Amino acid sequence: MVEQGDNTTRKKNGFRNNYIVQAWLGIVLALVFGIALSTVQAVLGPVIATNKINETKEKVPELLLGRDAGQDTEDRQLQITILPMTVAKSGIQKSYNVFEAKYADGTLAGWVTKVDGQGYADRIELLLGLNPSAEEITGLYILDQKETPGLGNKIVEERWRDQFTLKKTQGSLRVVKGGAKEKDEIDSVSGATISSNSVVDIINKTVADLKQPLAVAARKQKD
Amino acid sequence: MAEQPTALERFVQGILPENPVYRQLIGLCPILAITNSMQAAVTMAVAVTFVLVCANAVISLIRPLLKPHLRIVIFTLTIATFVTIADRVLAAYLYQMSKTLGPYIPLIIVNCLIICRCEVCASKQPVFTAVSDAVGQSIGYGLALASIACVREVLGTGMFFGMRVMPAAWPDWSVMVLPPGGFIVFGLLLGTANWISNRR
Repeated sequence: MVEQGDNTTRKKNGFRNNYIVQAWLGIVLALVFGIALSTVQAVLGPVIATNKINETKEKVPELLLGRDAGQDTEDRQLQITILPMTVAKSGIQKSYNVFEAKYADGTLAGWVTKVDGQGYADRIELLLGLNPSAEEITGLYILDQKETPGLGNKIVEERWRDQFTLKKTQGSLRVVKGGAKEKDEIDSVSGATISSNSVVDIINKTVADLKQPLAVAARKQKD
Repeated sequence: MAEQPTALERFVQGILPENPVYRQLIGLCPILAITNSMQAAVTMAVAVTFVLVCANAVISLIRPLLKPHLRIVIFTLTIATFVTIADRVLAAYLYQMSKTLGPYIPLIIVNCLIICRCEVCASKQPVFTAVSDAVGQSIGYGLALASIACVREVLGTGMFFGMRVMPAAWPDWSVMVLPPGGFIVFGLLLGTANWISNRR
């Protein structure tokens, strides 16, 4: 009699101790919250995307013509069009959002590309300005990042970003510690080598993918 | 079990007697990081209020279902959801502010103030008490944020809510808007608060 009772209790406990049964509330909540969050994302996602595009358009003159020229109202008269670009490299299709900027008279001012890649904490989203022939970097701007405050997030500072201005896109850029000496070197943010490497990697990959097609597009426009 | 405080007691306690920053010394990371301007401090306080009220309400509603050894998981899940909503709303409607606050909005998830209120109050008391506790604590937190931000912004930039209040001759103490200023101001204000309460 006693033994039987023990058995049923154990069976009951066995069911109750099952991980899934124990965690049912967590699972149900995760589902409910998941649905709530995807609704929020569906509603607000487009608004956030528009904000980013507006910010990009605002930054285009500064990225192409330098910070001082960017302040000049006349230079802000750049015509900006978004060109979706697909690059096929070793069988993999990659799409880029390229902003084409033209002066009022129709000559090409340069290109700004929005790209993202994995940083140390989360994805880093950045804008890369290139001159019309895509041979030179004209500017860099960090749109979105969640790097470590005080260390990795220094990648947004002008002082660090300015290193990229006027770098040639011939070869790839390299990150060095303790002061860049060569032309293709970028000084890393101290204490944030991974964040620095991520930014440089993103830029190198983008340049490698887009240099050719952009140069071709620029030549076509000239003809 | 000892008698639990009533809703009104919870509300009042959060503002001054048990102020999260000056009395409990919790949730200090944003206190030091984003108090260099009033606008950032107020936005942060509103975001914390939203998260705290929602998390406390939800936890209080499901408190009979909580299992002691799994409660922290549920708390974190709930808090993370509301923080993400707050983060997305800021990015959509206050884009520049969301860039200024950067990672500190997502970091509300690990703000111990919120998990502390879920543990101390919401998981034990009914919804009304939990919400008034959340509002009281949020007011206390907001006041603390504002008190530090006020000193730092005025001394550091000569401005208050972005408007010039100090005479033009005032040399802006830029150390005040830098991280050391956060520690210095917080330390001095905390000392003053302790001095006042000891005198009474």
